Amino acid sequence: MYSRAYKSIVSLPPLLWVGLFLLLPYALMLAHSFWMVRDAFIVHQWNLQNYRTLSTSPVYAEVLLRSMRIAASVTLCSLLLGYPLAYYLSFHAGTRREILYQLVIVPLWVSYLVRGYAWKTILGSDGVLNGFLQYLHITNAPVGFLLYSPFAVILMLTHIYTPFVFLPIYAALEHIPRPVVEASQDLGAGPLKTFLRVILPLSLPGLLAGATFAFVLSLGDFLAPLLVGGASGTMIANIVQSLFGAAYDWPLGAAISVCILLITVTLLFLTERLEKHWSFR
Amino acid sequence: MNTAPAIPPLEEERGGRSLLEVRALAKRFGAHEVLKKISINIAAGEFITLLGESGSGKTTMLRLIAGFEQPSSGEIWMNGARLNTLPPYKRRVNTVFQQYALFPHLNVRDNVAYGLRVTNAPTHEIDGRVADALRMVKMDSFAGARPATLSGGQQQRVALARALVNRPLLLLLDEPLSALDANLRKEMQSELKALQREVGITFLFVTHDQDEAMALSDRIALLRNGALEQIASPREIYSHPATAYTAQFIGQTNLLRAEVRGGAATCGALTWPTSVPDGTALFSLRPETIRLADAAANSPAAEVRFSAIVKQQLYGGASELLEVDCGGQNLRVKIPARGPLSGKQDFSFSAHDAVQVSESSGGIKL
Amino acid sequence: MSARPGTTATLSTRVETRRAPVLATYSLLVFVFIYLPIIVLIVYSFNRDGVGGFPPRHLTLDWYRQLFVDGAIWTSVLNSLIVAACSVVLSLTLGLLAALALDRASFPGKSLFRRLVLLPLILPGIITGLSLLMFAVYAGAHLSLLTVFLGHGTALISVATTELFAGLQKMDRAQEEASLDLGATPLQTFWRVTLPNLKLSLIAAGLLIFTLSMDEIAVTFFLIGRDNTLPLEIWGRLRRGITPEINAISTLIFAASVILIVIWFQLRTRAQRKAF
Repeated sequence: MYSRAYKSIVSLPPLLWVGLFLLLPYALMLAHSFWMVRDAFIVHQWNLQNYRTLSTSPVYAEVLLRSMRIAASVTLCSLLLGYPLAYYLSFHAGTRREILYQLVIVPLWVSYLVRGYAWKTILGSDGVLNGFLQYLHITNAPVGFLLYSPFAVILMLTHIYTPFVFLPIYAALEHIPRPVVEASQDLGAGPLKTFLRVILPLSLPGLLAGATFAFVLSLGDFLAPLLVGGASGTMIANIVQSLFGAAYDWPLGAAISVCILLITVTLLFLTERLEKHWSFR
Repeated sequence: MNTAPAIPPLEEERGGRSLLEVRALAKRFGAHEVLKKISINIAAGEFITLLGESGSGKTTMLRLIAGFEQPSSGEIWMNGARLNTLPPYKRRVNTVFQQYALFPHLNVRDNVAYGLRVTNAPTHEIDGRVADALRMVKMDSFAGARPATLSGGQQQRVALARALVNRPLLLLLDEPLSALDANLRKEMQSELKALQREVGITFLFVTHDQDEAMALSDRIALLRNGALEQIASPREIYSHPATAYTAQFIGQTNLLRAEVRGGAATCGALTWPTSVPDGTALFSLRPETIRLADAAANSPAAEVRFSAIVKQQLYGGASELLEVDCGGQNLRVKIPARGPLSGKQDFSFSAHDAVQVSESSGGIKL
Repeated sequence: MSARPGTTATLSTRVETRRAPVLATYSLLVFVFIYLPIIVLIVYSFNRDGVGGFPPRHLTLDWYRQLFVDGAIWTSVLNSLIVAACSVVLSLTLGLLAALALDRASFPGKSLFRRLVLLPLILPGIITGLSLLMFAVYAGAHLSLLTVFLGHGTALISVATTELFAGLQKMDRAQEEASLDLGATPLQTFWRVTLPNLKLSLIAAGLLIFTLSMDEIAVTFFLIGRDNTLPLEIWGRLRRGITPEINAISTLIFAASVILIVIWFQLRTRAQRKAF
């Protein structure tokens, strides 16, 4: 139905743009990871020094592991908050469903910075939470660990990503035909068994999509640590950021970025595979 | 909600043991009364159909018995146990859904085994029972297939097996054949009937198709606007409809409004003997009970003869449907095919084929 | 067993939703978690004694007054608006073409193209930002609002493509065939049939891109020059210290976001309901 001219006109501009502004920059980053810095200049000499540094030096491994732990915690907490919420909206909210849905996604549109800043003001030593606790005489002195810690980073990122995780789970739950749920009960399965045997398996693709999203974006987040992480809450992306800033080692920074990119792509690939495996539905 | 003391029903009813009793069951959605105090007794082992148009309340009634809805008032009893607030997973009732509702993430075998597994049936029994059920519906070679790969008819059979394997006391079928095309439908109808005979489980079947109801059922319960219009065997309901609605909904009929005086009913140019008391009465006369009268034929005493002009003739292969005018009264007549007819003809019918029907819905019990 | 069930009429069958008190309470708590920081933020924007401490006394509009005469903030707002508007145009145009290409054309590397287009959605912003930075440096470009605009535009193509592709899939293909059959050229068909069908998707995507661009930090962080966008301006202030003025601007951002999202949602549900 569509002529070759049509298809060419439609395909070429985005292809060219994406090639120039996405593929090329990523390739450039990849190339940088194989170069090095000497005397504050980037030398285009191909070598594996950066990757050797990354795999031998304990500092980077430690931060990377910490980042993955934080990302995993964020993902887990977001799921624990987002899934029941999605379940409630889909199966028990009735007519109020649409309004509640809008209420859930409103925060998604509110600036990331705004929400991060809000947590900063709440968790600080002079912050709202400490003031609240002291006002109620639950504590006498400010609680220190709330801010500038991995805990604060996890808290803030969970707050950001719970709505993100909610969305695909809700969509997946809505897709489950209600007669199938009724059939399960009709055949003798109570609410818990129905959930474990029917609803949860059928919602798995949505759950997986949300979890991947939350994990990958948390892993590569550098703003939350800067806002509320402090020294103990530094994550791998902060190291990258400083390597492109004051620490001036673009090649090393590029190497770490490539690693993050690889982790992302691998996870995406795995999720796609899993979804295909369960897609006979 | 219901504070009257709950009295279990009698076990013996009309020769067949009563399995399920529905008493004054009513259901309201907001301001809309979907079911208006219906009472029915379902006998063990029978094939009973809830027949009605959409909106008649038949599906709602099914869902109340299955446990997916709660009654607004009234009671449901099964084998001496009150079902009202019992959740669906505790009732010994299984449902075959209109859209089959097979579990998409399980294969056929696991679908059928589902009910046995969640109710913790003995594991060594499960495989055998599942295989038997699949064989019974002729789907044993599809045991490893996913529902998405099956046709509508095949999914239908699996849904049936999935329900029957649990040996429920009552099987509910919610218009299970309506999504199939005509030929497949006929085939499934006869298979269902045979299956029910073989298995002996009580079937409660819901449909809007009166031919289907007539073909399959031991008894038909005709519902109209949430109330029970008539409940009887197919032959009974056809030859002795209780109301005008029933007479017209099931099969075709001529409705004759007649004046009765001294044992004779008169409607226009027609007169026939009747035992109905004096006054105005409505009669149903089925088209196939009217015959062409042969001048020299034996005329039994109760034979009513009349003349009419043939206005229209519709050929139907084995039969002809005539529209005739008898002194201003239009009648439909169905006779075996015999070639074109025209002009004035003589017809006759037996007086007892003119059945009195009531105008309004009876709201009868049992 | 259950408390009085609520009734709702949905589509063709009326279904009763059973109350689930534990789940409802839990959901409420999740909502509280999601909204509490924002509410705190708004409340403290009116607090005379600044951010922190409890309870907030002495409500005042001073911070808003201070905000309105803060030139730097409003300059950055203007910068953000310009970048956002341009990004919408760029992303929508390229996104529309990409959606059409994915929907209708087949070519070698199409799968790779699709993944590449959608990659910025899931890739952490820092990676997209840094790779574009390297590209800019090697291309000899100075960092400015232009580089920011190019970064936003590129990253947000994915949003436009996703939304418009969904819109294309829902579209009734027969309409285009009818148009061609009646004598219209492919270009006319595109203008008179395809685009109007995508109207709602275009507006919804545009709103989303606008909002995301206004809020973008990660990519912007590495591509910014002398002129700040709003998020970067706020970020700079944060480095210097917390003032309730930031609360005030944040509250305004929140209000604007709510309005936009309500509009977006109305459009989306209309687009989904329309059989068109």
